Amino acid sequence: MLSPFVSALLLQSGYNAALVAVGAALLGIAAGSGGAFLFLRKRALVSDAVAHATLPGVGLAFMVMVALGGDGRNLLGLLLGSALSASLGLLIVEWITRRTRLAEDAAIGAVLSVFFGFGIVLLTVIQTMSRGKQAGLEGFLLGSTAGMLFQDAVIIAIGGAGAIATIVLLRRPMTLVAFDAEFAAASGVSVRTIDLAMMLLVMAVTVVGLKVVGLVLVVAMLIIPSVTARFWTDRTDRLVGIAGLVGGASGYVGAAFSASAPHLPTGPIIVLVCFALFLASLLVAPVRGVLAALLRRRRFQVLVHRRQGLLSLAHGEPIFDPLTLAVLRRSGLIRRDGVPTEAGRAQSAKVLRDERRWDIARQIYQDDAVSGRYDGLTPIETVLTRDEIAEIDRRIGSPSVVGGAA
Amino acid sequence: MGAEFVQLSLTPLAIGVLAAIACALPGNFMILRRQALIGDAISHVALPGIVVAFLITGTIATWPMMIGAAGAAVVAVVLIEAIRRLGRVEPGAAMGVTFTSLFAAGVLLLEQSDTSSVHLDVEHALYGNLESLIWLSAEGWGSLLDREALADLPPELGRMAAVTLLIAVLTALFWRPLKLSTFDEGFAATLGIRTGLLSLALVMTAAVAAVAAFDAVGSIIVIAMFICPPAAARLMTNRLEVQVAWSLVFATLSAVLGYVLAGYGPLWLGGNDAVSAAGMIATVSGVILGLACLFAPHRSRIGAPREAEG
Repeated sequence: MLSPFVSALLLQSGYNAALVAVGAALLGIAAGSGGAFLFLRKRALVSDAVAHATLPGVGLAFMVMVALGGDGRNLLGLLLGSALSASLGLLIVEWITRRTRLAEDAAIGAVLSVFFGFGIVLLTVIQTMSRGKQAGLEGFLLGSTAGMLFQDAVIIAIGGAGAIATIVLLRRPMTLVAFDAEFAAASGVSVRTIDLAMMLLVMAVTVVGLKVVGLVLVVAMLIIPSVTARFWTDRTDRLVGIAGLVGGASGYVGAAFSASAPHLPTGPIIVLVCFALFLASLLVAPVRGVLAALLRRRRFQVLVHRRQGLLSLAHGEPIFDPLTLAVLRRSGLIRRDGVPTEAGRAQSAKVLRDERRWDIARQIYQDDAVSGRYDGLTPIETVLTRDEIAEIDRRIGSPSVVGGAA
Repeated sequence: MGAEFVQLSLTPLAIGVLAAIACALPGNFMILRRQALIGDAISHVALPGIVVAFLITGTIATWPMMIGAAGAAVVAVVLIEAIRRLGRVEPGAAMGVTFTSLFAAGVLLLEQSDTSSVHLDVEHALYGNLESLIWLSAEGWGSLLDREALADLPPELGRMAAVTLLIAVLTALFWRPLKLSTFDEGFAATLGIRTGLLSLALVMTAAVAAVAAFDAVGSIIVIAMFICPPAAARLMTNRLEVQVAWSLVFATLSAVLGYVLAGYGPLWLGGNDAVSAAGMIATVSGVILGLACLFAPHRSRIGAPREAEG
């Protein structure tokens, strides 16, 4: 199982497999980086409407090409048709959202279901045509890479390169619109034009992706990479880059994997590889990942327990909470039998003194800048200057014997 | 238009209408809650649910499939919520990640398992098979009173009717809390309505409608009926009661017109084969929505900016 996979990864599994792998990788890069702006604009699901709206165009293009005496299966013609109907779908989504009270999600749902339904009607019409029997247009639903030709790969490559070039050219206005549409409008950027350009970009990727992953799953290629990339960075340029990388990697690895064994359809495998990358990022990404959040929470918990434990020591109160005991014992502040060590006594005295300092500080500075910082964990030295603390200490007076911390 | 109609068209027509109504009812609330695309997500994840049910039971029986699809809907809702909260991802993107991945898993499972012997494929799941639900033993309108002939009705009709009735009863029972929490969730919560639970229950109801309709008519009608009739109705009125009534009218109209156009339209145009009824019903509902967008009395947003432009 592994060795055919490796040989497919190294493009050694035959001409078609290599072609598919390269095509899928290019598509993944274009889809990942193109979808990033859509994601930032919080309009990820528009791609769903665009993808479904391609179907009637494919059907109509086929019928027109047959009517003109052609073969009807010319990929370029079919893609052109799908691009036309996808743009129509986009314009309708835009028009419904702008002109009626319906929200964008309703417009998206309406366009995707109606266009798709009409596409199905056209497909059934085509099936009854004499030349339609072998049309294989169903391949556009879920993608079909088995019969991919060199010229198909070239179309995908050109489309992908065009999409990437557009991204590079329009990255600044698109970022501006994605983050603050009103500011963009105020600075003289036509939000509507940029939005449309963004959508056209998505449409181009969708149309190109029809052949590889199919119209249902190309949505995944547009959405998942940017969601994945968002876990790793807070910067737009990096987000676009990482999304392209994730998309490209899943396209390449997925295509290679699907070539390594029978009954592994390319489109779904690519999407599942992408989802696996997403899942891994969700779990282990620094800062935004689940694991990082858990660690942060744990650290915070330890800090709180340590402080509460030290305060109890200072007041000579018994400690019962097992976690508090464990935290104190692990940092060598108490002995096994619960008696504070030398270090423990010193630390608890400091915590108690700081607590007292905070009390005074909050009486003196009643503004939020200082009092608002009091959460029991912030060391007072990080908020007040040394002179201020000395003043507070003067008010507290000289140390006196307290509780068990003597 | 006599015996033949009863035999070939009456039951598909009835099932189509019932499915449309079952989906349009919860659709009204989902449109208002801006959850319109939940229906889209549910109908995509029904596929893996059905495949898993098939792999476990090994048969194409209805109940395991319904349970499988409903289970998948629950899994999807939980996953969307988990991704949204754990990863702080916006809801639309979380939905997109979830349903496409589950759909891909469904297609993969389908390819991996040996389903060639049974009628289970992606196309069927997408466009259903409304035309095949004929009433073979019917001989005319009189058969409606004939006990033997009635026993031979397609089982989908009974199921769909039961589900539609269930949804109608649930909507009527929970009308007040649903209406309140849809328009003002905070106020509803102060009255002691469990809004979170209600919201989940609405999604589950939608899932039941989707799964039942999916079995009979395919997922594309389901999405269209969740959204188009309620959206068109939304443009007709400002009152929820009236909106629901309009949505039922539109749903019925789409189902009837769509079915008739699919079955007889090509004949009128000189062709001799019917086109997909499911696709046609979706198309008609879209045409109705389009007309509503152009002419309905309450189509524009109040205070919509730049009405005169472009």
